[in-house]
Amino acid sequence: MTVKEFAERSGFRIINLADNAGDVHIRQSYCCDLLSIAMTRVPEGAAWVTVMSNMNTLAVASLTEAACVIIAENAASDKEFAEKAKAQGITVLHTEKPVFDAALMVHKAIHAESGI
Amino acid sequence: MSDTIKLHYTVSTEDFTRAGEASGDVKRKLKQMGSSPEVVRKVAIAMYEGEINMVIHANGGTIDVEITPEEIQMVLQDSGPGIADVEKAMQAGYSTAPDRVRALGFGAGMGLPNMKQYSDEMKIETTIGVGTKVTMKVFQT
Repeated sequence: MTVKEFAERSGFRIINLADNAGDVHIRQSYCCDLLSIAMTRVPEGAAWVTVMSNMNTLAVASLTEAACVIIAENAASDKEFAEKAKAQGITVLHTEKPVFDAALMVHKAIHAESGI
Repeated sequence: MSDTIKLHYTVSTEDFTRAGEASGDVKRKLKQMGSSPEVVRKVAIAMYEGEINMVIHANGGTIDVEITPEEIQMVLQDSGPGIADVEKAMQAGYSTAPDRVRALGFGAGMGLPNMKQYSDEMKIETTIGVGTKVTMKVFQT
């Protein structure tokens, strides 16, 4: 499932939809809020679900080549965050769902598509 | 003709939100040059941690990167307070980072351990009140 397809189907609010969102596939979901851990563990192509919505979240997403970032728990994000996401070409979605529920939605969406 | 590419970056003290730009730039260049994904990831992680450390602890500094077909060398130099106990600082979980840094998702005491884990060689030279120089190497093969 592409990032764009998930963004449309999930109903999550779109903070930024990157130009490549129609080409990048979500391979798995990943949850972590501690950036020191996330920067070494976010798998390439993961939809990374977190409540951390600061500039460093975007830097980590970029370095690890996450497919997209999902800000859960209705965590606050400001205009600068959205602008930085746009500048860096990172798709960021936003939901009031808890981290686990959001990640589970990703998981189900991926596996429904692959017939599991 | 030299096969060495030299890059220089300044990490300034107010740049907490911009930390990652130097490592992001090196990452892009390595990808363009055809380094393996594993090497690119190792360099990106090790250098990003270094950048974050310099912003948190040392009011910024400079990073010099040398890329050859054999290895990538990163030299991170700051004029910060120095590291009082390097052995302790290398222990996972040990941190002197302030609360404002922890609130951002860092300060878990994983910076130096991550840098060591993701580089193939790491050397720390530090003097209290003078500064710290960290040299890291990642081998291309």
